[in-house]
Amino acid sequence: MNGRDGQPSFVHSLGARVLGLVSYVGGLVLLLGAALRLSWQGALGRRASREAAAYQMVRVGVRSLGIVSLVQLFIGVILALQMAPPLEPLGQLDKISMIIGVAGFRMLGPIITGVVLSGFAGASIAAEIGTMVVAEEIEALQAHALNPVRFLVVPRVLATFVMMVLLTVIANCMIALGGYLTSMWVLGSQVSEHYWENMQTQLRIRDFVSGLIMAGVFGLLISLIACYEGLRVRGGAEGVGRATTMTVVYSIVGIVGAACVFTAIFYVFKF
Amino acid sequence: MADKKTDKDARQPIVRVVDLVKSFGGRVVLDGVNLEVYPGETLVIMGGSGCGKSTVLRHMVGSLFPDTGHVELLGSDLNDLDEPGLNALRLRFGILFQSGALFNSMTVGDNVALPLREHTDLDAQTIEIMVKIKLELVGLREAEDLMPAEISGGMKKRAGLARAIALDPEILFYDEPSAGLDPVTSAEIDQLMMDLTGKLGVSSVVVTHEMDSAFRIADRMAMLDRGVILKVAPRSEFEALRDGPESGDERQDLIRQFLRGDSEGPITARRLSTGYEDDILEAAGAP
Repeated sequence: MNGRDGQPSFVHSLGARVLGLVSYVGGLVLLLGAALRLSWQGALGRRASREAAAYQMVRVGVRSLGIVSLVQLFIGVILALQMAPPLEPLGQLDKISMIIGVAGFRMLGPIITGVVLSGFAGASIAAEIGTMVVAEEIEALQAHALNPVRFLVVPRVLATFVMMVLLTVIANCMIALGGYLTSMWVLGSQVSEHYWENMQTQLRIRDFVSGLIMAGVFGLLISLIACYEGLRVRGGAEGVGRATTMTVVYSIVGIVGAACVFTAIFYVFKF
Repeated sequence: MADKKTDKDARQPIVRVVDLVKSFGGRVVLDGVNLEVYPGETLVIMGGSGCGKSTVLRHMVGSLFPDTGHVELLGSDLNDLDEPGLNALRLRFGILFQSGALFNSMTVGDNVALPLREHTDLDAQTIEIMVKIKLELVGLREAEDLMPAEISGGMKKRAGLARAIALDPEILFYDEPSAGLDPVTSAEIDQLMMDLTGKLGVSSVVVTHEMDSAFRIADRMAMLDRGVILKVAPRSEFEALRDGPESGDERQDLIRQFLRGDSEGPITARRLSTGYEDDILEAAGAP
């Protein structure tokens, strides 16, 4: 399907891109399927496997705790400072905590945590597995009858999934705290006095739960993309660098895309 | 000599490569390879860079599968095996990778212990003892607690070998065991391979282009060139060919050039005669 000048036609390149996307997503789904199947078959039964998962949780979650908290505190401050000017003339400044609560718990908590984690954990997982591919370590695992998916992917996906949810809980608290500190120090005591009270009247359990559902999905996306990119590495250091970059890029696209889809679903079903 | 051959024919090969054809992206890398490995022997597969010798090895261990033809390993046709079947077979052979391929996140001791922990029900203390035994066999007991990044290339290969023999394999596959090593270390590794073959009674398949090493360790040798086996014979025949006069037969001379490492001969002539003028004229845009 080449054009007249021998260049691939628009249809051809569009088709190739769609095909590439479908096969990429298919690869991710197959990887998830294999990881779930192996978990079901007792990949986590052995003590060594549980230790590996625990180690990954520390690496993915505990080590990123500081940076996630700091970033989300800033988000709380930014939300408070940006919402104050339009709310003040309406005499609704005291409602600022409601906005911060809903925006933070439903969306900004999981999304920003996901973006931070795609750089913090996703990139390092892709680089680590990619380097293992280059150093023949994956082949060595297979040669010892050890399944790389069971051995490498399962603990990392599990750890990223669990830690993404837990980090989002902390992220939500930090956004709320950032808003509260801004209210107290900048917006005045009439705002900060009823800050927590107002937030509780507006926030429903479903705001919290919908955010955590998304967080879990983001965790799966980040870890699957990172492992997939890592395992696909070809051609030495350059390939590892490419996998690392692509992990961050695809993770962020995946996170925002999934957030959009989820928001639409929650909107339609009034969740 | 004749007796030995008859004796060999009576035994069943433990590795049998039959009419193996493999191409990558339209380029034929292996074009009908046939090889057999008998119990207790060391077969060296040699050939220039990119001749397909590592590809043959990867087919023998089940990391690649042929386009046509088949590989029989320890009595099983690899084409017929599913993943669990292949994994069961993998426990019966060991591979020493070119770089050693140690798991960099684990100590040398843990690397050797991993197959034991994953595939046996031995308790921690027994595993610890077995790790020490395997490391002692390769002369590396003092490095048990070191990380792979902290040891030299030669030590990595030894450690990789200790890991490969952790489960007492029946066959050992070596991918370029002396690549990147100094001559003394390389000779040490060769000695180690021969010792292990003697002590453990394993069969070995070695892929290499280091002729000194090949002549030291081989019982039989196979010369691979451009995806085709030129000659499979006992070491003595290759020694005779190496030390003998030019025969005028192109195939023989080609093997001799490789064995002696001469800079002139059929291999280099082949490289130089591939349309250099046409290449230049084409690049210059001549009609």
